[in-house]
Amino acid sequence: MVFLELFLKPLNYAFMQRGILAGTMVGILCAVMGTYVVLRGMAFLGDALAHAIMPGVALAYLLGGNLLIGALIAAAAIALGIGYFSRQGTIKEDTAIGILFAAALSLGVAMISSIRSYAVDLSHIMFGNVLGVSTADLWLTFGLGFLVLLTVLLLYRPFMVISFDPVLAATLRMPAELLRNIMLLLLALTVVISLQTVGVGLAAAMLVTPAATAYLLSRRLAPMMFISAAIGAISSLVGLYLSYYLNIVSGSAIVLTATAIFMLVFLVKRGKR
Amino acid sequence: MTHTPHRLEVENISVAYGDKTVLQNLSFQVPHGARIAVVGPNGAGKSTLFKALVGLLPLQSGQIVIHGKTLGHHKDCVAYIPQREEVDWRFPVTVNDVVMMGRFNTRGWFARPNRDDREVVKRSLEEMKISELSYVSISDLSGGQQQRVFLARAIAQEPHILLMDEPFNGVDVTTQEATINLLDHLRARQVTAIISTHDLNLAATRFETVLLINKTLVAYGPAQEVLTQENLLKAFGSSLLIMENGSMLVDECCEPE
Repeated sequence: MVFLELFLKPLNYAFMQRGILAGTMVGILCAVMGTYVVLRGMAFLGDALAHAIMPGVALAYLLGGNLLIGALIAAAAIALGIGYFSRQGTIKEDTAIGILFAAALSLGVAMISSIRSYAVDLSHIMFGNVLGVSTADLWLTFGLGFLVLLTVLLLYRPFMVISFDPVLAATLRMPAELLRNIMLLLLALTVVISLQTVGVGLAAAMLVTPAATAYLLSRRLAPMMFISAAIGAISSLVGLYLSYYLNIVSGSAIVLTATAIFMLVFLVKRGKR
Repeated sequence: MTHTPHRLEVENISVAYGDKTVLQNLSFQVPHGARIAVVGPNGAGKSTLFKALVGLLPLQSGQIVIHGKTLGHHKDCVAYIPQREEVDWRFPVTVNDVVMMGRFNTRGWFARPNRDDREVVKRSLEEMKISELSYVSISDLSGGQQQRVFLARAIAQEPHILLMDEPFNGVDVTTQEATINLLDHLRARQVTAIISTHDLNLAATRFETVLLINKTLVAYGPAQEVLTQENLLKAFGSSLLIMENGSMLVDECCEPE
């Protein structure tokens, strides 16, 4: 009975309802895109994208505009920029990403630190502020979220082929370059949508951890995605409740929950051998 | 069903890897249903030729024409099995998933596999004798089994032209035999097969037509006419050892000088 009470209490507040809905959607979204991030070794790229949207967010913040829009523009620019740089060949992609994202992050922080209350605002942007999810934000989150999921569904087979066997993709004459850019844009969109629940600093964790756990539990791609989404949703839900009751930052609570789940699965699998 | 002959015409192509020209002014025609062995020393450009044929490498000059149209107009026509699969072996897919990928072009990339696709995949698995491995993860397969999965996928594509880069290299006897059986079945179905190999004996005994190259064309035609001392000397140069009794030995280690 106590458990039920604990479960229902936060739901009395509208902001918590919105927060939970947004958080769950973000958890699912990150987990689904995270499947590609984990399988294609894009963890660093995902982290970089998240940090690199800082200038866009900062600018929008300073101008009093919508943070998500600012983030969207910056994310799209960075995603395509990384795609461009990684084709040149003079520097390794790893290096190019490292340089770009550090610069972008610094620029964003510099811009934000120009305001008096910057410490709090920065912390919200970096680690999430799920209490601040407005109804408009919720609509945007779900709208864009469904767009991403729909695209992933439509492009399921091409994405699988370019990730598994680039040579077959060429033989089947799939537009690998275009598909890769679309994937980068979807990733950028996902990171932007995650801004409010987990923040820029921890979005990478939500991209990697649930999917990594799912990889341990499945042998095929589609099941891996579903399991990943479920873990993402559960981590967000549990994390948000923890955040409410323990009064800690939402992003960190969610990530710690996801990590705990990963550890558990890892140890159980280890033990079975 | 189209009744035009499936011809492959390679017209004076040159292909480069960076700034190093690997193939130069290479021309030959392959008629419908032919079985060709491509031979030559290391560095001759055999793999490069195959990659150019599937569009993995751009042509510096010349053109490749497949039944009357240049490359890029035939989505499901050519199947290619590279020497070493550059796939992610830890990707979560089963044997069935991999072979099904060969069907992705028949009705566009968005269509879900239908009963026809499943039938073709089933038959392809049976032909390569790996039906019992259908639901096994590819990471759990042996080298020879992996090779047979990719052969099955190539068959599932129902191609007009099949390219295989050194398929007999380092595989177990079962797989070698399965590959040769496959070539016989393909001949019956009038599928053009172009196979590269460093085994000159195999080329001479199992293939009616041989293409001998070393960065450019050395000889092309019936095995007896191509695999002569003169031609082999031209192609293999210092790698070729001619013994007193007339037999020839090819040293495969390095590029000939």
